[in-house]
Amino acid sequence: MADGKGRMAYGSDDTPESERSERAISHQANDESLGNGIMVPIHYHLMLSAVLFTIGALGVLLRRNTIVIFMSVELMLNAVNLSFVALARQWGSMDGQLIVFFVMAVAAAEAAVGLAIILMVFRNRETVNADELNLMRW
Amino acid sequence: MDAITFTVLSVLMVASAIRVVLNRSPVYSALSLVMLMSLLAVYFLYLDAHMVGVLQIIVYAGAVMVLFLFVIMLLNLQDSIQDYRQEKLWTMGILCATLFGELWFFFGRAGGESSAQHAVPEGFGTVISLSQKLFTDYLLPFEITSLLLLVAVVGAVVLAKR
Amino acid sequence: MILPEVNWAAVMPSVILTVVGITVLCWELWMKEQDRKYLAWLSLAGVAGAALFSYTLWGRNESAFNGMLALDAYALFFNLIICLATGMTVLMSRHYVENNELPAGEYYALLLFAAVGMMLMAAATDLIVIFLGLETMSMAVYVLTGIRRQNVKANEAALKYFLLGAFASGFFLYGVALVYGVTGSVKLGEVATYISTHFSDGAGSPMLLAGMVLLIVGFGFKVAAAPFHAWAPDVYEGAPTTITAFMAVGVKAAAFASFVRVFLLSFGALHGQWEAILWALAVLTMIVGNLTALVQDNIKRMLAYSSIAHAGYLLVAMVAGGELGGAALMYYLVAYGLMNLGAFAIVVAVGKKGEPNEEFNDYAGLGFRYPGLAMMMTIFMLSLTGIPPLVGFTGKFYVFSAAVKAGYIWLAVIGVLNSVVSAYYYIRVVVTMYMQEGEKQVEPLSTRPALATAIVAATVGTIMVGVLPAKPMALARHSFASLQKPAQTASSTPKKDQAATSTPTATAPSKTPHH
Repeated sequence: MADGKGRMAYGSDDTPESERSERAISHQANDESLGNGIMVPIHYHLMLSAVLFTIGALGVLLRRNTIVIFMSVELMLNAVNLSFVALARQWGSMDGQLIVFFVMAVAAAEAAVGLAIILMVFRNRETVNADELNLMRW
Repeated sequence: MDAITFTVLSVLMVASAIRVVLNRSPVYSALSLVMLMSLLAVYFLYLDAHMVGVLQIIVYAGAVMVLFLFVIMLLNLQDSIQDYRQEKLWTMGILCATLFGELWFFFGRAGGESSAQHAVPEGFGTVISLSQKLFTDYLLPFEITSLLLLVAVVGAVVLAKR
Repeated sequence: MILPEVNWAAVMPSVILTVVGITVLCWELWMKEQDRKYLAWLSLAGVAGAALFSYTLWGRNESAFNGMLALDAYALFFNLIICLATGMTVLMSRHYVENNELPAGEYYALLLFAAVGMMLMAAATDLIVIFLGLETMSMAVYVLTGIRRQNVKANEAALKYFLLGAFASGFFLYGVALVYGVTGSVKLGEVATYISTHFSDGAGSPMLLAGMVLLIVGFGFKVAAAPFHAWAPDVYEGAPTTITAFMAVGVKAAAFASFVRVFLLSFGALHGQWEAILWALAVLTMIVGNLTALVQDNIKRMLAYSSIAHAGYLLVAMVAGGELGGAALMYYLVAYGLMNLGAFAIVVAVGKKGEPNEEFNDYAGLGFRYPGLAMMMTIFMLSLTGIPPLVGFTGKFYVFSAAVKAGYIWLAVIGVLNSVVSAYYYIRVVVTMYMQEGEKQVEPLSTRPALATAIVAATVGTIMVGVLPAKPMALARHSFASLQKPAQTASSTPKKDQAATSTPTATAPSKTPHH
């Protein structure tokens, strides 16, 4: 990790035939920076991020407890962060990582405001259930 | 990161994500989210984002989630059997399947689209290089963030005080 | 040592508002209860200062902060709209805050901070700055929505707005990530360059299109376009009326400012890809907004749905694109701002502490007992309908004629039909005021001079800008042109409406939304 180079490069062997040709090109481009061991392509990270994002969105739609809904939103933001970091690595530019900084700050601020709102609602209504609050009637 | 580590981590990650969404008890949901965020930090380290990985643990898994747990315990919420919205399960299933299918499809193809992975410069993702960029190129967003946090502080106080 | 590039002029209006906001916040700690009114005057002075500074900057066209912020006429024009919305809101709030015992310091400070977020959004040429501006604005508005802590309706409105807003931010951010993934940058200029070199055929790539759709979802939520409008009626109804006015005008203007900047500047070359989505969105928004507004019995809720419908008209202008469409959009935002602020100010005036008086029935007989108030409300309602010579008519005229000139005949036809439908619920207010009996008492406006000033100013604006549209329209054109200068590709050749080419509907509704 110290040299910070070539950690991720293409070359996993279990790829379908159709994708292999285009992989081969990028493989060549990264040959010199190939690290040790078999590397995981960046877009696997992106796919994982898509899975997490969708699970988060499902949570927002599925749950009634507003705190859990809010946690699902945080899950979505985390999924996006994974995308940003993976893409920063792919582009070799640090913009993506800096964006994650700001997303963390936003998430922290959102948590403060959101939990304050939930607390306020709970004080008046003794519930945080979205349906009892007549919320989310899409 | 080799394929085996990636697979194991991803399985753990998806499992904890599902636990966040499906667990009846909000406390367990929060703890699963902490686990997910910690796992995410491991990915960040592997992706040469050392500083971001550390911050992920300190800020996210540490500060933000503690706040969540604190509020959950303060409200003393009971597990509720009626916590799921069964009535619209089908619509939601279709919605999410569409979203997921699209993203999966785009990313599956995106491997070819922008696959030329660029070489990383010296000191990529370290504190020095990151902070240099943060206080020069990204000075304006940094300052906006300070205002954002001020708004959050004022807002939280004004809403939560008795 | 590398020093950051700081362009004070570009952020000065925002800095003024921030400093005044912090001063308001701190000053309140030291002041006596009865001196709270000075907070309103200080905030108003800050807004005026920011507006004046924006005015003196007119004519500059530079890129600041390493390409993150633009100091162009477009941003300054929106600064003025935002200052107008904020200033009017402060005037309306002066007695409202006192009567409802809201925490004055925090209220005005958050109002100013929200305005800063809006200004940054309007000027930002970097998706991350847009995101941060959006979040600053939204966070402040979430809190302002719920600032009546004891009011259950306000609580729920704040919670709903917050949860759905955070959800939408997630989508917006994912869109940013995808755009970053394809182009390797989040700066609008660089994104535009990448797109015009790599996707010169205007087809785009799947990942980029997905990113674009997610950005549309994010912006669509903020401007309350159907089908992302579900939050708007409840939130507009639950929020304090002054904040509702602020949201309906300010938030919408800021969101449209960066919506247009992002899509015409960065994705201009992909016009063919997103126009169909926005076309559908515009039609859906107009229809849903107007049809649901018909059945409302609460004035605030009716105005909420009407503001959804107006978002639809604004989307029409955006789809039309080009210099005409862009200028029409900016003019319409001014028009919409003036008449909507006025209408909400009247709702504030009719309301009392513990007695919001927001139902249609509460307006019965107002025309006989308070002729001045009712006359001004009538002017706003007629203007919202689009009756000449008021500003709503001129705005709609510009929007629909831009759509027709760009070849979107059907869009214009649907728009005009919609504004005919909208006449029903706007005129209903007038009918209720003049043709029904009622004995609701309204606190005389002479005891609330600030509010009276706001209402009169909005009335004068609604009439004057409508009667003499040339100057504001020229300003809007000039401002929009400054947006297009950096990116040549911004306005692509207008594409013909698919349906319009085959049908001989030459009788274009280029004249009036008549009834």
